[in-house]
Amino acid sequence: MSKVLMKGNEAIGEGAIRAGCRHFFGYPITPQSELPHYLAKRMPEVGGVFLQAESETSSINMVYGAAGTGFRVLTSSSSPGLSLMQEGISYLAGAELPCVIVNVMRGGPGLGSIAPAQSDYFQAVKGGGHGDYKLIVLAPASVQEIIDLMQVAFDLGDKYRTPVMLVGDGILGQMMEPVELADEVTLPEITAKPWAAGGLKGRETPNIINSLYIVPEDCEKLNHRLFAKYEAIATEETRWEEYRLADAEIVLTGFGTAARIAKSVVDKARAEGIKAGLIRPITLWPFPSKVYAKAAEQAQRFLCVEMSMGQMIEDVKLAVNGKKPVHFYGRSGGMVPLAKDVLAEVKKIMAGGDE
Amino acid sequence: MAKVMFKRPAALTDKQFHYCPGCTHGIIHRLVAEVIDEMGIRDHTVGVCPVGCSVFAYDYFNMDMFQAAHGRAPAVATGIKRTLPDRMVFTYQGDGDLASIGTAEIVHAAARGEKITTVFVNNAVYGMTGGQMAPTTLPGQKTTTTPKGREKEAAGLPVKISEMLSTLDGAVYVARVSVHDPKHITQAKKAIRKAFEVQQAGLGFSLVEVLSTCPTNWGLSPKESLKWLADNMLPYYPLGVYKEPAEVK
Amino acid sequence: MATVSFREDRCKGCELCITVCPEKIIVLADHINAMGFHPAAVVEMDKCKGCAMCARMCPDVVIEVVKEEKQA
Ligand SMILES: Cc1ncc(C[n+]2csc(CCOP(=O)(O)OP(=O)(O)O)c2C)c(N)n1
Ligand code: SF4
Ligand code: SF4
Ligand code: SF4
Repeated sequence: MSKVLMKGNEAIGEGAIRAGCRHFFGYPITPQSELPHYLAKRMPEVGGVFLQAESETSSINMVYGAAGTGFRVLTSSSSPGLSLMQEGISYLAGAELPCVIVNVMRGGPGLGSIAPAQSDYFQAVKGGGHGDYKLIVLAPASVQEIIDLMQVAFDLGDKYRTPVMLVGDGILGQMMEPVELADEVTLPEITAKPWAAGGLKGRETPNIINSLYIVPEDCEKLNHRLFAKYEAIATEETRWEEYRLADAEIVLTGFGTAARIAKSVVDKARAEGIKAGLIRPITLWPFPSKVYAKAAEQAQRFLCVEMSMGQMIEDVKLAVNGKKPVHFYGRSGGMVPLAKDVLAEVKKIMAGGDE
Repeated sequence: MAKVMFKRPAALTDKQFHYCPGCTHGIIHRLVAEVIDEMGIRDHTVGVCPVGCSVFAYDYFNMDMFQAAHGRAPAVATGIKRTLPDRMVFTYQGDGDLASIGTAEIVHAAARGEKITTVFVNNAVYGMTGGQMAPTTLPGQKTTTTPKGREKEAAGLPVKISEMLSTLDGAVYVARVSVHDPKHITQAKKAIRKAFEVQQAGLGFSLVEVLSTCPTNWGLSPKESLKWLADNMLPYYPLGVYKEPAEVK
Repeated sequence: MATVSFREDRCKGCELCITVCPEKIIVLADHINAMGFHPAAVVEMDKCKGCAMCARMCPDVVIEVVKEEKQA
């Protein structure tokens, strides 16, 4: 093990390689371009494939092809590119193909801004494409966590035969932090995929990668199977971080960069005598609802901090289920909340000034 | 001694085609399967079927298959080929799939010289969705969305895929064939075989455009459809080899 | 001598085989098959050349052709 300084976007690439991914398909877009730049160099070094596609529509379908042959495969983009990928993501979910899709989010809607944002939360967790499906959505908050979660992302994808999304933002992507990395790149053990369609090679029955179920009864069966799987994922794989939560009267919450800001505000509020705590979902789906429900038994108020007009707050409210008020502080379009403004909001709420 | 002159190829499953009576999709499927049998490559070939009438081709080809989103088959095939470069990978696509919604994917797969083979079925109409205009619909041809016949002012003129793709350096074998009579069927099979051989030799992208019928949406009998193809499509879509590498000539 | 056999239950009665047979010996039968089509059949098998044009033209792979060859 050694410590190295790495940018978040590069860590996504290195994390993927460490997790045994040797295929990347993507189309350039700010603010994630360091990732393709990194992999364009790095993939050939480890005998992998880097391919610049003609569009995000194509990248995600190349991912479909590569995932269907049983290989670990990555694509990455930022918000407008993710919109283009939604068709392919729906097909990946329907055909139950494991892969990892990264969204380094920027301000929207439309072409928006290239500055960091979190306004694709709905798109990520509510199923941005058509049909009944879910993605496992991971939201790291540090460069080390990016490396660790890339491994988790590929492992969970394979374990459950499902596409996995990792969401970040421009700040996380550009940020340099020290990370622990094994000195050697070793290929991790990847479980065999008997369903993969890479040619018969002696097998009798063809494997078919498909999301078409023309008979409605069969299509409903697929959905029931998918949702049984999603239930298992929700039971087994929900991840979150709690910070100074036990005696908290106000619970701040947010994910990724917004959670880092909220965490610093917790300390600042505590220094001023306000009992603040934090819940940081690491899996945005499955959402750690039970943690909020439990916190709502003792905490008085919640404050959801987001880099959007308020999206995750809907899941927080569902989890808190009316037991306590849930407040919101957000900046959008690429603007980032300042700790002092969030702290001011905390004070205002605790003084009962926001009823 | 009994000699089998013709029997069902092993590269087809025994499943009955769902195509309309007289639809030449079935002939084209069979030709692809015969080529795969004759080259002995079924064991390491992977096919990608489109959205269109041939969406169920994965049930007919007796090998590993992918069903791709509408128009995206060349991107899916790229993903397959890049993970398994020693496999033979083909796409089977209609003209709405390839020449309309999937133009970007086919052009760039060809431009990259992706080592895949595309069988492109041009029947001048959208079959599956009810006979709407395709990019390949002929000028004046009546469809459900060009009830007075395709008018240039409103709907432009057909896309000639073979001519267009053969301008790309990465596309090394491009041919247009037809299946409206046994002689042309034999030629079509030769072209499909060449296209697969080009892939096998690692020379680049290969495509065979096959003129095909859609009796149902043309509103003609299967027999009349063959004649309509010969009379109307052949003059507009000249048959021939548009590009061929020296290695397989 | 050649034998042409039709997988009758698979025939869609499209008549394409009839169109291309040089000997004009294929007709649609009077009865219908399970799909409701009049299936194709050869009437005078002894006239068949075993050219397999019919089989090559058939979109539904209904036809098989076997030819008796003189022993060399
Ligand atoms: C994104 C999307 N848009 C539209 C459709 C509807 N659709 C299905 S098949 C098809 C056209 C197929 O025509 P073609 O490719 O010519 O094939 P054919 O049916 O004639 O063989 C269309 C528009 C779809 N399935 N997906
Ligand atoms: S609609 Fe046309 S293309 Fe589709 S199966 Fe029928 S005849 Fe063939
Ligand atoms: S093999 Fe030739 S002659 Fe015999 S039935 Fe078929 S087309 Fe006619
Ligand atoms: S061509 Fe085939 S399906 Fe059509 S009538 Fe002849 S045997 Fe039947």
